[in-house]
Amino acid sequence: MPVLPKTKVRKESPQAASSSGNGSTKKPTIVFRRETGQSEGRIADTAFKVLVFACAISLLTVVVLILLQLVRQSELSLHKFGLRFLSTDAWNPVTGRFGALAFVFGTIVSSFLGLLIAVPLSLGTALFLTELCPPFLRRILGTMVELLAAIPSVIYGLWGIFVLAPVLRLYVEPWLQNYLGWTGLFSGPPLGVGMLAAGIILAIMILPIVASVTREVILAVPSQQREAVLALGATRWETLRMGVLRNARVGIVGAIILGLGRAIGETMAVTMVIGNSSYIPKSLIAPGNTLASVVALEFAEAVDDLHLSSLVELALVLFGITLIVNAIARLLVWSVTRGAPARTLA
Amino acid sequence: MPKNTKTTISLRRRIVNSVALGAIVLATAIVIVPLFLIMGTVAYHGIAGLNWAFFTQMPKPPGESGGGMANALVGSGMILLVASAIGIPLGIGTGIFLAEFGRNMYGNVVRFTADVLNGVPSIVIGLTAWALVVVSQKHFSALSGGIALGIMMIPTVSRTTEEVLLMVPQSVREAALGLGIPYWRTTLSVVVRTAMSGIVTGIMLAFARIAGESAPLMFTAFGNQFWNTNLKEPTAAVPLQIYVYAISPFDDWHRLAWTGAFVLITLIAGAMILFRTVTSRGVMRGTT
Repeated sequence: MPVLPKTKVRKESPQAASSSGNGSTKKPTIVFRRETGQSEGRIADTAFKVLVFACAISLLTVVVLILLQLVRQSELSLHKFGLRFLSTDAWNPVTGRFGALAFVFGTIVSSFLGLLIAVPLSLGTALFLTELCPPFLRRILGTMVELLAAIPSVIYGLWGIFVLAPVLRLYVEPWLQNYLGWTGLFSGPPLGVGMLAAGIILAIMILPIVASVTREVILAVPSQQREAVLALGATRWETLRMGVLRNARVGIVGAIILGLGRAIGETMAVTMVIGNSSYIPKSLIAPGNTLASVVALEFAEAVDDLHLSSLVELALVLFGITLIVNAIARLLVWSVTRGAPARTLA
Repeated sequence: MPKNTKTTISLRRRIVNSVALGAIVLATAIVIVPLFLIMGTVAYHGIAGLNWAFFTQMPKPPGESGGGMANALVGSGMILLVASAIGIPLGIGTGIFLAEFGRNMYGNVVRFTADVLNGVPSIVIGLTAWALVVVSQKHFSALSGGIALGIMMIPTVSRTTEEVLLMVPQSVREAALGLGIPYWRTTLSVVVRTAMSGIVTGIMLAFARIAGESAPLMFTAFGNQFWNTNLKEPTAAVPLQIYVYAISPFDDWHRLAWTGAFVLITLIAGAMILFRTVTSRGVMRGTT
């Protein structure tokens, strides 16, 4: 370790050392200065601690800054509409009337649609990866699930527009209307883009986060729990159900809520496939908008101050919801994983 | 003996067992399918349009074929440079704090904030950068885009840094401290250095994540059809360009969008796989 001598060893005369030629021949005289070195070290230690603490504080500052800026920029609409902003569904930049209800509705429906598809699949994946998977497959499958998380939102959107939407329009939506049309959930012309497309894209996008956090939680369940159930003569599934899932359930709920948070805030892919309509969608295949997608769509084109401010208020609502959702989710996940051995990168 | 136990398990329980295990395997298979579908489609359309012009030429007006994303590639580079200048030092600093001084309540607060910030929608962070920089400067700029992405980098870099620093055995720290080296020097020259490859790959992971972000750039970097190397001017970025081209009605632009997507995915997947390789069996292996 070549760097060590520098700290406790000091050159007596730096000038002499630097003038004595190139590195291979120079051999500076050195003395130990333990006392001064230590007191200097103490000051440096404190400075170092303050420095990294300042870095850590920057994180908190950012969160506060986001809140302050959003509130400041949405003041106009906060004053004008008050709480009615959330309960009216008129969104009309021309007449200057703004209400977020249609987008809150769209956000909730698309997110829950996404969860409905993603939760069973990601629970299955997490169980398979942690409990059933042969070791040689585990690494490959784990990387694949992570890759799914790494694909940029805009590429999901691109795929959604050119592959998913046509398939939905030509095959899936007519089929749904034929067989499930009586429920009234699939009325209207099959467009391909709409709430259903957004839900499917969201499901694919939140699968990896739900699966990986669930995996983390399951790994934190002590193996004695499994062994105890197994020793009572349980089958493999009963071991999973009683030994693993029951002990991990709080954390799994946390993972699901975390996925919900992601789904609520997802922007680009949803903007590209949801069909973009400012009205409350009449059915699951009708076009709509979410809080995030309407901001993405209209913000760059908004010129009117009230319009801009209403859009920032939408973002503020979004920020508030995701903050609460994420905080709850993290606390639930931590309640299971805390005290568990460090996570293994399986 | 095993034969005996098997016969005591009722038929119903055995059926439930098989069905449940089958469902678990099926679920995993279904999860992997979209990955192949998306990767396959992007590769199929993307490789077809991949040529030298994509990297060297400017975008052509609609109707003319050919052209590339040279300005967007350079613009993305500029924005990512600004983001790294903000996100990497702050992220590593926070990571060191969490690993070395964060085994207490303060650490948990920071950890919690990092996780929560990680979940804040990227478009909200973009709006914040807009309010902070664009509103006061009165025009869109690469700088504001970089700030937005830099903020997004901090949580990822700090958590991965913490993770790899904690993998450095305590005995290494004790050995350095035992030689009379101050704590800060021990941390920087011994602990951080030992974990360096892990930290670097963690940075690449965060880098790959923000490289694909488009939502925070919509009102900050904004996009630009022309050449620009000025940090204070609106600037094109690859993900933004993919979005603009994808929603356009022109076939040529769609082709460019697919190629852009392919380049982006290759970059990101490469960084991801590198991260996994290094943290799970590379340099860090000897220390765990």
